[in-house]
Amino acid sequence: MATGVFSESRAKIKERTLRTDRWWLQPLITFIVLFSFIIYATFRAFENKYYFLEPLVSPLYSPCLSTACVEGSSLLGQPFNNEYFGIGISPALFILIFPLGFRMTCYYYRKSYYRAFWMSPPACAVAEPHAKYTGETRAPLILQNSHRWFFYAGLVFNVLLTWDAIIAFRNENKEWGHMSVGTLVLLFSATMLWLYSLSCHTCRHTIGGRLKHFSKHPIRYKTWTWVSALNHKHPTFAWISLFGVAFADIYVRQVASGAWTNFYLF
Amino acid sequence: MARKLKLRIWRGDASDGGLKNVEVEANEGEVVLDLIHRVQATQMGDLAVRWNCKAGKCGSCSMEINGKPRLACMTQVASFPEGEEITITPLRAFPVIKDLVTDVSFNYRKAMEIPSYEHPKNLAPGEARMEQVDVERSQEFRKCIECFLCQDVCHVVRDHEENKKSFAGPRFFIRIAELDMHPLDMLKNRKQKAQEEHGLGMCNITKCCTEVCPEHIRITDNAIIPMKERVVDVKYDPVHWLGSKIRKREGIV
Repeated sequence: MATGVFSESRAKIKERTLRTDRWWLQPLITFIVLFSFIIYATFRAFENKYYFLEPLVSPLYSPCLSTACVEGSSLLGQPFNNEYFGIGISPALFILIFPLGFRMTCYYYRKSYYRAFWMSPPACAVAEPHAKYTGETRAPLILQNSHRWFFYAGLVFNVLLTWDAIIAFRNENKEWGHMSVGTLVLLFSATMLWLYSLSCHTCRHTIGGRLKHFSKHPIRYKTWTWVSALNHKHPTFAWISLFGVAFADIYVRQVASGAWTNFYLF
Repeated sequence: MARKLKLRIWRGDASDGGLKNVEVEANEGEVVLDLIHRVQATQMGDLAVRWNCKAGKCGSCSMEINGKPRLACMTQVASFPEGEEITITPLRAFPVIKDLVTDVSFNYRKAMEIPSYEHPKNLAPGEARMEQVDVERSQEFRKCIECFLCQDVCHVVRDHEENKKSFAGPRFFIRIAELDMHPLDMLKNRKQKAQEEHGLGMCNITKCCTEVCPEHIRITDNAIIPMKERVVDVKYDPVHWLGSKIRKREGIV
């Protein structure tokens, strides 16, 4: 039986949409960019090499926690083996669930990929192709409610990646007081990740959004207004931080593989 | 300067209907509702259209213009390129009555399902006081003119008639948020009801409601997502749940 805009009681219009603008462009671009990132990140996660060259470590492999990690790349030790049940596991696979989970459950990315990948809906006032819809009320999408746990984990990762950027103020001999192009790349990536996290809707809620009485909590209210201002730019930070991580990884890969030279400014 | 415009206006009722071509003159500064009135006055005397204030404040003239849910009185003719045909249809999420008029009673039924404000028992009428900073937060939601464009564009009901039973829609999520954020509202379980009875969990944050709101209410960012986070507090966050048990309160003050 026809449903949605083709329901019996609604105006009889055969088109799924009468929009005349290029409504398909934004979801198409989103699909291309996100799909490209997924392909690249998957390739890099399994590549298991070219992720470290003193003092630079790729954000896709940090913290490097397995015994397979290149010497000097492990910030927090090596609690995991490099293989389980006879299968070698890339160090990236132990950690990527956290940043991946943070982005997958992010309210902004949800909007983006529900539109671009699942076409639910592809764009506003464009009929979706699905016969049924239950939203985020049942498994697996009810797991979107875990966003705040990934947010907390993301903050830990931000601290670690910021530390990676700080120790990049050393040279290959671990002497402090130097700065290379790689330092700037890691700093940019870490800064954007902080802005992405701090502008997050969960952060906004945790800081003060959950309050009923702003007037009883003036400091939390003030902080909430700052986070709210950042929150307006959350989509921008989401994209820039994604590109920042990808570029940082590409840079470290190229330097570690010898394709590029990490130029030192001082 | 006047120019000729080609319109396609949907005419019909629940049994049948279709787009009718018409040509009409448009003057500088006019809005789409002006054109509809001119067509009604000169060519289609029985064209049904709902309108009232013609100032974007009554929410009556909601319809779909070139496929987008909009207020006809706030859609400038000049915003369409020269030569572009303008297609005008009724709202496609609601049953059509005649021509551009739809039956929006779904929204009034949903409005009645939302539990109203519950005043503190220890405060007599006239004794309640609120700080400005607390008032401002819900003031944004009070701008709603009930045009129901957000309800129309929301794919949860627009594309799935069967969801109308269990989904209140964005307009009523801002009502729930407004009450849940009200410092004096004493009703317990508003968050749980939002999730379990009003279908908050069905929203997948695609932000179309925000995109079409003529009052520019940030429905998704300021009402729906905060409500989803509040639901997580009471339903999906064991740490928060434990804290609320220990401190013997709902957990949000």
